[in-house]
Amino acid sequence: MDMLLDYPTLKVIWWLLVGVLLVGFAIMDGHDMGVGTLLPFVGQNDVERRVVINTVGPHWDGNQVWFITAGGAIFAAWPLVYATAFSGFYWAMLAVLWALFFRPVGFDYRSKIHHPTWRKVWDWGLFIGGFVPPLIFGVAFGNLLQGVPFHFDDNLVPYYTGSFWGLLNPFALLCGVVSSAMVTFHGGVYLMHRTEDEVYQRSRRWVNVTGLLTVVAFSLAGLWLAWGIDGFVISSVVNPAAQPDPLAKTVVKQAGAWLANYQQWPLAMALPVLAYIGFLAALWLANRGRTLAAFVASSVAMTGVIGTAGISMFPFVMPSSTDLRSSLTVWDSVSSHKTLGIMLVAVVIFMPIIIAYTRWAYGVMSGKVTAAYIRENEHSAY
Amino acid sequence: MTEELVNLSRLQFAVTAMYHFLFVPLTLGMTWLLVIMESVYVMTGKVIYKDMTRFWGKLFGINFALGVTTGITLEFQFGTNWAYYSHYVGDIFGAPLAIEGLMAFFLESTFIGLFFFGWDRLSKQQHLLVTLLMAVGTNLSALWILIANGWMQNPVGAEFSYETMRMEMVDFAAVLFNPDAQAKFVHTVSAGYVTGAMFVLSISSWYLLKKRDVEFAKNSFRIAAAFGFASVCSVIVLGDESGYVVGEAQQTKLAAMEAMWETEPAPASFNLIAIPNEAEMKNDFAIHIPWLMGLIGTRSLDQQIPGIKDIVAHNRERIVSGISAVKALEQLRQDQSNTAAKAVFEKHKADLGFGLLLRKYTADVGTATPEMIDQAARSTIPKVAPMFWSFRVMVALGFAMLLLFGLALWYSIKGNFAEKSGFLRTAVWCLPMPWIACEVGWFVAEYGRQPWTIYGVLPTHLSVSTLSPASLYGSLAGFIAFYTVLLIVEMYLMIRFAKQGPGSLGTGRYLNEAIAH
Repeated sequence: MDMLLDYPTLKVIWWLLVGVLLVGFAIMDGHDMGVGTLLPFVGQNDVERRVVINTVGPHWDGNQVWFITAGGAIFAAWPLVYATAFSGFYWAMLAVLWALFFRPVGFDYRSKIHHPTWRKVWDWGLFIGGFVPPLIFGVAFGNLLQGVPFHFDDNLVPYYTGSFWGLLNPFALLCGVVSSAMVTFHGGVYLMHRTEDEVYQRSRRWVNVTGLLTVVAFSLAGLWLAWGIDGFVISSVVNPAAQPDPLAKTVVKQAGAWLANYQQWPLAMALPVLAYIGFLAALWLANRGRTLAAFVASSVAMTGVIGTAGISMFPFVMPSSTDLRSSLTVWDSVSSHKTLGIMLVAVVIFMPIIIAYTRWAYGVMSGKVTAAYIRENEHSAY
Repeated sequence: MTEELVNLSRLQFAVTAMYHFLFVPLTLGMTWLLVIMESVYVMTGKVIYKDMTRFWGKLFGINFALGVTTGITLEFQFGTNWAYYSHYVGDIFGAPLAIEGLMAFFLESTFIGLFFFGWDRLSKQQHLLVTLLMAVGTNLSALWILIANGWMQNPVGAEFSYETMRMEMVDFAAVLFNPDAQAKFVHTVSAGYVTGAMFVLSISSWYLLKKRDVEFAKNSFRIAAAFGFASVCSVIVLGDESGYVVGEAQQTKLAAMEAMWETEPAPASFNLIAIPNEAEMKNDFAIHIPWLMGLIGTRSLDQQIPGIKDIVAHNRERIVSGISAVKALEQLRQDQSNTAAKAVFEKHKADLGFGLLLRKYTADVGTATPEMIDQAARSTIPKVAPMFWSFRVMVALGFAMLLLFGLALWYSIKGNFAEKSGFLRTAVWCLPMPWIACEVGWFVAEYGRQPWTIYGVLPTHLSVSTLSPASLYGSLAGFIAFYTVLLIVEMYLMIRFAKQGPGSLGTGRYLNEAIAH
């Protein structure tokens, strides 16, 4: 493969593939995290909560692998981004990790014991596991868009000079709201598709609230980004074929620079437009009971949101606010030509297989999860 | 990098990895045991084998949940705590990790859902296929992570690039077919199979002692005995293979494991028991078996195995050569067109990692004193006593389990095991054995690689993230708190369901149907 594709092309393909993995994560793990977030609110008694949990019971584990694989792919394709972001955002990453701890045990252990307190504790554990990660990912994106305080020394050792609390600035928190609301919306749409009666009705109300919240927060964040936040521009000559070394370039900060890509490639406007159309269509379809179509529409919407963040920053991935030239871009934070080629082959082979058997698994478990199902499967359902 | 930060980062990795490894071996073994039980069900149609699959599957699920929980930590941790490592070797090390996700994690995690929830929605054959794919997934995951780990032990197929300041992949096939990785994979998964077999054997023995659910327990016992005996044979034979590979690739580990201070004339003798004296570099006491070490380590009668003192002297030379590599690299980082520096660098490149060992003692490697060089050379040997003894504990447990499974298989064939209450009691008490063996085995492999994260390439000291020790104390405390609570919860559920037995399925065919209500 590295014979067929040159280095710059592979660098761009990997930027797209990381995007694909993040979108896959948002669609797949996003819906079960949304379900976790809504669990304490749409399920008012034990049977209802078990209904909610069992809509994702057979699938959450496979879905979580989108997250793990996205992490692994960033390690393999963008090792400097993986190293710098994970160590710099140390406490934020630990918060994500510790929130995720509640999911495997929450799903598997909750219904194994009948005690109401036991079950209530795991219900809130599942809420934390569903609510915290998307919130923090949104906050992280909000910080990437503003630049992050880090630099490299001559040996390319990364140093992060900010604090955890510095991550919680207003713009980043707004991005956290976008991410959290969108994932909860997506989970609510999924719940409507898989449940009936009261749970369905309550999910519909949450879908309407979170759907509107997402659209409003996304619009505010967009306006803020366009007029309130300086973007970054590479000011030296860019050689996409060069051996990656982030310290070899110079970078300047510029007002409005995050809009430059939309001027250069007007087609990029399709991404934010897709986000709006997707959310509005999903709201409309969900309220008409066409839940599967609504799920597809909200998946499209999330693709639009993530794509908007990505294309606004391109070619930057993780700009540095304190040492501009240390900024990480798709050209200079990547793996070698050979590794990118090998990893592309792996993705091309396995991704279709994964999608095929995931589809089959959802097919096997399809249909509404009902109270009757829970009672019949007292000992084996979650 | 302060010593404190490095030690805390190592401690956190060790705690989280060893904790994760409490759950992994059982998962590896149980998935195949479930495949065997369910295959018997599909072939014979006897419903008791379906109940066995479901009941042992339930216990497997309780264990699996914590395996998943603690596994994500490890993938995060390379980035959070070992940032320079991630940059320095991500080009090679990241690939097997990402492929593990694509090829193995998706497979096991998707099909485990159908394993638990698909009984009524799939045909018998389809469900068996699901169980099989789950087992293949878990074992493939072990393959890829051990390819990654094997590369840390024996970094083949890669070269350092001064332009990007990191190791880069030159031969992916060499990374895949690394003899260290292959030997580790088969040895480790076999150890997992033994763990699964011991789990089923011990709990079944307990039912038999209590004379309850007897048919269920007998059938489970027989399967565990046969599977366990085959697996324990494989662990020992392939462990010997691992020893041979270590002898080839990591002389320091082998010498420390065997407390071999001097180079003996071939074939070297084996220290059955010894009291190593680190300060004087000798054994205060030792019982030798002539020839044995030479045979295990080299499979020959005429090849020498170097002792610790000779290895230290040899490594000292490599450190001196490494100083030239580090100095030339510093010049090249300033000016990549410096052809003189490039020539020096190419000449000493192979010893770059040894030069970097000195960074622990001085920021400017060029000014290192002879004492520092001596210290660094001495540090290339891990502490001998912990290596020597943990290796012997692992081997002794291996042979003890060989005896146990040998007897279990013998009694299964004779069909009289249900009456052998002494043996059954022993089998119950032997339950912790494979876990202890797995943990000390992991310790030998990883502690034995010190002072390197990547053997001969990247010192542990340089690999960490530039965090404050306070952050490390905080996160370590958090992990210990979380893991302690989770372990208590897991053990509680495991013991509760093991005690309740197959009655927990609610089929109406077993004892204790009502306990969970």
